[in-house]
Formats: sequence, structure tokens, C-alpha cells
Amino acid sequence: MEKRTKLAEMVRNQHDVILKDWVESQLNATTLRRELMKESELREQSREFLSLYTQSVQSGEGIGDAAWKPVKDFLGQITRSRVLLGFTPSETATFIFSLKQPLFDVIRSTLKDPKELVADIWATTTLLDNLGLYVMELHQQNREEVIHRQQEELLELSTPVVQLFENILALPLIGTLDSARTQVVMENLLQRIVETGAMIAIIDITGVPTVDTLVAQHLLKTVAAARLMGADCIISGIRPQIAQTIVHLGVDLSEVTTKATLADAFMIALQRTGASVTKSAVSQPKG
Amino acid sequence: MATLRDEIFPIRSSDDIVKVRQVTREWALMQTFSLVDQTKIVTAASELARNTLEYGRGGEVRIQAVQEGPRRGVRLTFTDQGPGIPDLAKALQDGFTTGSGMGLGLSGSKRLVNDFDIQSEVGKGTTVMIARWK
Repeated sequence: MEKRTKLAEMVRNQHDVILKDWVESQLNATTLRRELMKESELREQSREFLSLYTQSVQSGEGIGDAAWKPVKDFLGQITRSRVLLGFTPSETATFIFSLKQPLFDVIRSTLKDPKELVADIWATTTLLDNLGLYVMELHQQNREEVIHRQQEELLELSTPVVQLFENILALPLIGTLDSARTQVVMENLLQRIVETGAMIAIIDITGVPTVDTLVAQHLLKTVAAARLMGADCIISGIRPQIAQTIVHLGVDLSEVTTKATLADAFMIALQRTGASVTKSAVSQPKG
Repeated sequence: MATLRDEIFPIRSSDDIVKVRQVTREWALMQTFSLVDQTKIVTAASELARNTLEYGRGGEVRIQAVQEGPRRGVRLTFTDQGPGIPDLAKALQDGFTTGSGMGLGLSGSKRLVNDFDIQSEVGKGTTVMIARWK
């Protein structure tokens, strides 16, 4: 306890020197991102961290100790903001690691007894290493959260069900149809069939690069489920290479109406619902 | 026969299957495959990669871009240390599956490629080699 108080005292007494050196070393570091963060902001963050650090050094041993919670919370805040700004993990961790040199300088100039000196430097370096690792982990966590959120957004975005006409829905599929997405697609489509009372749903696979047996099976299941709800499905966007591949694979799509293009499928759907499209003479606007 | 490019990719998750498809397409394009040939080898790669993951409990694939005289091709070798296939003839029948799929992956892949070879030993694992030539 006494030793910790001494350490804290040292830092407090030399607060201004440490802060000046620390900010300077951050400003000179190759990892500085001037374009992302203002110097004043960096100075302010450094000042606040140092004062929290001084308090915690006095009262808590390791960073697992409750006394370090304010420091960790503060690091949580700045890490989150740096992740959003686009900092790399090393750029974020430099904030902590660059504090070593100024702290060591102060300890070295204050303590004369070599034993004490080594012990204090060791204690400080362990602490800062742990804080640095903590920042790295936070950074990683924040990045994973961003990725996870984007995945969820993609899942939502990539499966819109659109109404083309009375009783006709279209589901343009794009990208890989893995199980998680197919589930969402199927649910969205069935839900919209209930809401609109549509008779025909067109599933367009123009944007699906590979149709293998798993994709085919998912499609057939979706068609079967829609049929149970009273809607017929047309699969469109079957390109020549996909048609050949499906035949070689031995997948039987004969139960389902298929068309090469969405336009063809739409015409069939109109016919089946009793609607028709006619062309009328368009009067040219007079120049 | 000359090997122009040779790489090994792990198959441990469904993301890896996507990766295998992408690489296979890229290499088929490099070998100036037509769109139909590209689609066939990519689809076969997708099927076999999924088999490696689902039935072989994961493994790896070796992808090679090869040339033999004027012929250019892509060869893929899928290897796993899974439970193996007790009856190969049955596994190659259309519609046979021990899982929940359509039972067309293995037999369908065979029809999509020019060369097909499968070796399996119960308890040791399975190796499937396919090649498609331009």
C-alpha cells in the first residue's frame, strides 16, 4: 500500500512533465492519425486518462481490481470511438504503450535505490502491458460487433419481397444462399404472401452465381411451402450455364414453372391472374 | 503434365465453401474456361466441399491449374479424415444420402467434370479428385 502510494505520488508530482512527454511521444509516433483525430482531443484524452490512472495506481493492485474500473471504462469509451474512426489495433494500443517512456523517466529520476527502481519499473510495465492488451481485446470486440451488425443488416437488406402487380410478388435473390439466409428469405416470402394474399410469387435467381444441390433444395422447399399457403411460384433468371449444370447434377425442377428472365415470368404471371398488357400508340410530344 | 499453380485451402466452415467456390471460379477464368465450363467446375467444387465439411467433418482442398499439351484444366483434390464411405457404389447412386440433402452431390459432381476419382477407407477418411478440361 505504501509503495503504491509512493508510485502515485511520484506520478502526481510530475503530472505536468509526464503529460507533456506523453502527448509529445504520441504526436511523434508513426501511428498518429492526424487526419482522424484533432490534437486537442488527443491532449484532452491523455490528460483525463492520466488523472484516472493516478487515482487507480494508488488504490488498486492489478487491473482486475475494482479500483481500475474507471480507467477501463474510459478506455472502453476511447477505443469504441477510435474503432468507429477507423484506427487499427496498434494505433489504438499506442495510446497506452507510449505512456511507458515518460513514466519510466520519472521513476528513474526520482528513485535512487536500484532494487526499488527495478521493482517499480516492473510493476508499472506489467500494469501498462495489461492495459494495452485490454485495449487490444476491446478493439477486437468492437470490430466483431461492427461485423456482426453488418451481417445482420445484409441479411435484412438482401431479401426484399416486392409487389409487381395485384396478386404478384417478386423475390429477387442475390449472392450466396446459405442456410441462414434461406431461412430469412423463406420467412419473408411466406409472410408477404399472407399479407398480400398474392397468388403468384416469382423467385428470381439472376443474382445467384452458383446453383448447386443445396440451393436447389432450398428453392424447392420454398416453392413447396408457398404452395401450401395457396401461392404458385415461378423461378426466373435461369441462365444457360445454370440450366446445363442443373441438368448434369440431376436436379428435377420439372414440378416448378421456370423462365429465363423475370420479364417472361411476369408475363406468365399476368396471364394466370387474368391481367394483360397492351401496347397503345403513344403520341409524340410536339417539339 | 505441367502444374501452373498449386494451392491448398482449408474446409472448416461454410465460409470456407464460399472461398473454395470463389477461388475455383477465379482459376477457371485464369485457364480461360467458357462460362458453362466455369459454372460446372464451380458447382462440383461447391458440392464436394460441402461433403467434406458435412460428412468428412472438415478437411482441405488442393486446387491446381494444370496444362497437358494444348489442354488446360483445373484439378481439385478434396481430402478429409472423416468416417469414410462403407459402400462407394451406393454413395454414387442418384438420390442416395445418409444426410438430409438430395443425394445428388457426389453423383452430380461426377457428371459435371471430365475426370473423377474417389478413394475411401472406413475410419480413415475420403479423398475425391476431380478435373475439368477446357
